[in-house]
Amino acid sequence: MPLLDTVVGSLDVHASLTALTSLTADASSTADPAGLLPARQQMALSLGWHIILACFGVAFPTIILAMHWRGVYREDADAMRLARRWSKVSAVLFAIGAVSGTVLSFEMGLLWPGLMGTFGDVLGLPFAFEGLAFFLEAIFIGLYLYGWDRMKPKVHLLMLVPMAITGVVGTFCVLAVNAWMNEPTGFDIVDGEVTNIQPWAAFFNDRVWLQFGHMWVATFMVAGFCIAAVYAVGMLKGRRDRHHRLGFIVPFVFASVAAISQPVVGHFLGAELAEIQPSKLAAMELATTSESPSPMTLGGYVNSDGEKVGAIEIPYLGSIIAMESLSEPVPSLDEFAEEDLPPVNLTHWSFQIMIGLGMLLMGLALIFWFARWRKWDLLDADRATSRWFLRIMAFSGIAAIAAMETGWITTEVGRQPWIVYGVMRTPEAAGDNSGLWWLYWITVVVYTLMTIGAIVVLRSMAKRWRRGDESLPSPYGPELETGSATDAAQEPAR
Amino acid sequence: MSLEVVVAAALFAGVLFYAVLGGADFGSGFYDLTAGGSRSGARIRRQVDHSIGPVWEANHVWLIYVLVVWWTAFPSAYEPVMRTLIVPLFLAVGGIVLRGSAFAFRKYAESLALARFFGVVFAVSSVITPFFLGAVAGAIASGRVPAEGRGDLWASWLNPTSVIGGLVAIGTCAFLAGVFLVADATRGPDADLAASLRRRVLAVGIGTGAIVLAGLIPLHDDAPTLWYGLTHRALPLVIASAVLGAATLVLLWVRRPGIARFTAVGAVAAVVSGWGMGQYPWFLVDEITITDAAGATATLEALLVAVGLAAALVGPSLGYLLHTAQKWSAEDAH
Repeated sequence: MPLLDTVVGSLDVHASLTALTSLTADASSTADPAGLLPARQQMALSLGWHIILACFGVAFPTIILAMHWRGVYREDADAMRLARRWSKVSAVLFAIGAVSGTVLSFEMGLLWPGLMGTFGDVLGLPFAFEGLAFFLEAIFIGLYLYGWDRMKPKVHLLMLVPMAITGVVGTFCVLAVNAWMNEPTGFDIVDGEVTNIQPWAAFFNDRVWLQFGHMWVATFMVAGFCIAAVYAVGMLKGRRDRHHRLGFIVPFVFASVAAISQPVVGHFLGAELAEIQPSKLAAMELATTSESPSPMTLGGYVNSDGEKVGAIEIPYLGSIIAMESLSEPVPSLDEFAEEDLPPVNLTHWSFQIMIGLGMLLMGLALIFWFARWRKWDLLDADRATSRWFLRIMAFSGIAAIAAMETGWITTEVGRQPWIVYGVMRTPEAAGDNSGLWWLYWITVVVYTLMTIGAIVVLRSMAKRWRRGDESLPSPYGPELETGSATDAAQEPAR
Repeated sequence: MSLEVVVAAALFAGVLFYAVLGGADFGSGFYDLTAGGSRSGARIRRQVDHSIGPVWEANHVWLIYVLVVWWTAFPSAYEPVMRTLIVPLFLAVGGIVLRGSAFAFRKYAESLALARFFGVVFAVSSVITPFFLGAVAGAIASGRVPAEGRGDLWASWLNPTSVIGGLVAIGTCAFLAGVFLVADATRGPDADLAASLRRRVLAVGIGTGAIVLAGLIPLHDDAPTLWYGLTHRALPLVIASAVLGAATLVLLWVRRPGIARFTAVGAVAAVVSGWGMGQYPWFLVDEITITDAAGATATLEALLVAVGLAAALVGPSLGYLLHTAQKWSAEDAH
């Protein structure tokens, strides 16, 4: 039982690790509580991991719905087979998404007791509705997954509709909490006490709509490009049947619409920053001093003396894009006290990586549809140009995930040193628990194993499908004795 | 009833549903673990797969419901629990992660070796996770979670009441799951499977009953507030749990597993409600009451809207899922 050995092993390590971390904490004796850094690491790991699966939880049901709809109403056997396979993939992804989401609901309290104890009744309501949405999603995925061949096809298909809707509602609720952290509202602070709480105002804050829009579109970019990338790889490996074309094109349509609209949503989201979080905007733009008009800064970093080094500056563009003006300066870092600034270089670089990858993905979508309009078939893997397109497409899923992750790093790191912007600093929310380090390392081990497990299982599913084992019999099942003869019969012309 | 108590009741309803539905889910791991070798145990494991496959994700959302309502409605009773009981809570969530992912991985595992590996992870974590949740309940019920500061990281949940809570949780989960599995298997064609499960469940039931009754004795000294509640206000529930538990054993003995499902659910619900009733009006026993722990009134009212909506939307959907899953389970068996 290697898994248990690893866990037990890290428990032994824990004793020495705890001693070590509490020593260093004493030695440095800074104002930060001992639980701050491990809580940050843990949150970054578990949230960064879960958010990828959350994207599939939100967007995949809609994409499967499109495919399954085609299968049912156009009697398209290829579409039907793809929908059936995707539903099995989603079963695996939803399972690990559900459990890693449960982890987060524990961590809100375990890692940030100061936040939940103080503001639990301000920011709790959207979580309650998120829980409600997820409840419905979990119910209908059970019905959908087990409903194959048991429900009437047209009724079975409809099980996806509540899943698609609750995915959207859930996204809105989670983003409502994050938007509230960026622009807190719905309460007053009198003599250090939180009073006059208006939970609905906190829920439907001004910032949520654009943040929701940005993330909702991002989920379709992540899921759409990831799925399309799988079939791009298949076509590069010489599988050029209709099954692969359809498996590519349906998610790619969703990804294209998302990738092309994302810069617009992102622009409006960013345009409010000068008002709401000027220090975040200054860090994103790497604006060290106020300039009129402000340039756009590409690359570069701020050194320990606070000087900008190695950047390419494009005149005017900073003011035009961030301020929607020809002359208005972008907020600059020197307007803020040192202790009120986020980690500048990390914020700037993650922001620019997000933009760069987003542009690349939008470009891929535009190229494909332009070529299609000109009747060039970019999915014809016999042609050199098509092969190049497919090669780039093979990495589009990873690029979409990286863009989403760097976007979250930009907004989360850029909000520092605040957990509730302008109201509560992150150290105030953390607990004084150096023992969190060993919880963190256990989490690293468990999540690594879970990632490996998911990859192993998904790859073996794909391998068996290519071999013709359509129904993926359980090793414990009676199918073990009879072999896969029935499966081969079920699937002609493969 | 005051607004605070209504919301606390809504929260406790979540605890009850989790104990019954999530409990039956966890408990199936016990039979999976003790099913035997991969060939001889295949039938039981297939039955477990069929019985919990469609419902396990929904069953676990009850836990999320409980946490969310708790921190939203009673933030000042949430923070202390999270500070003091971080170790058992983290172990519980770790168990939930391992069992959930391993269950999904096993279903699509290609080789028997891989399925066996994931199966062991699923079964072991299913059996031990309820212990930590029961220990958390025991810590709260025995007054070991201080409202201010932090209680002992270890002694707060490694003490007589917590250990009893943990063992009772493991036992009731296994018992409940067993009754459901027997009922499912009895509807199927495999009489051997039903008989073998029935024997196991009778043993589990007698063991659990003994733990619950013997576990009451140390509470007198270790958790006096809870003891007082259990022997006064909650006494009818304590008696009901004993009667319903005994009735379940009798019904299993006379081969009426279909009816036994109802008495088993009643017995577990009575045990859990007995704990809640026993410590009322305390939220954290001897430290903070339900009324004192409550957050802003506007939030409690808004939360009732969410709870009402949940009852209207989740109630029928969940009922449909559970009903359909039972129907499919019966169809598969034939």
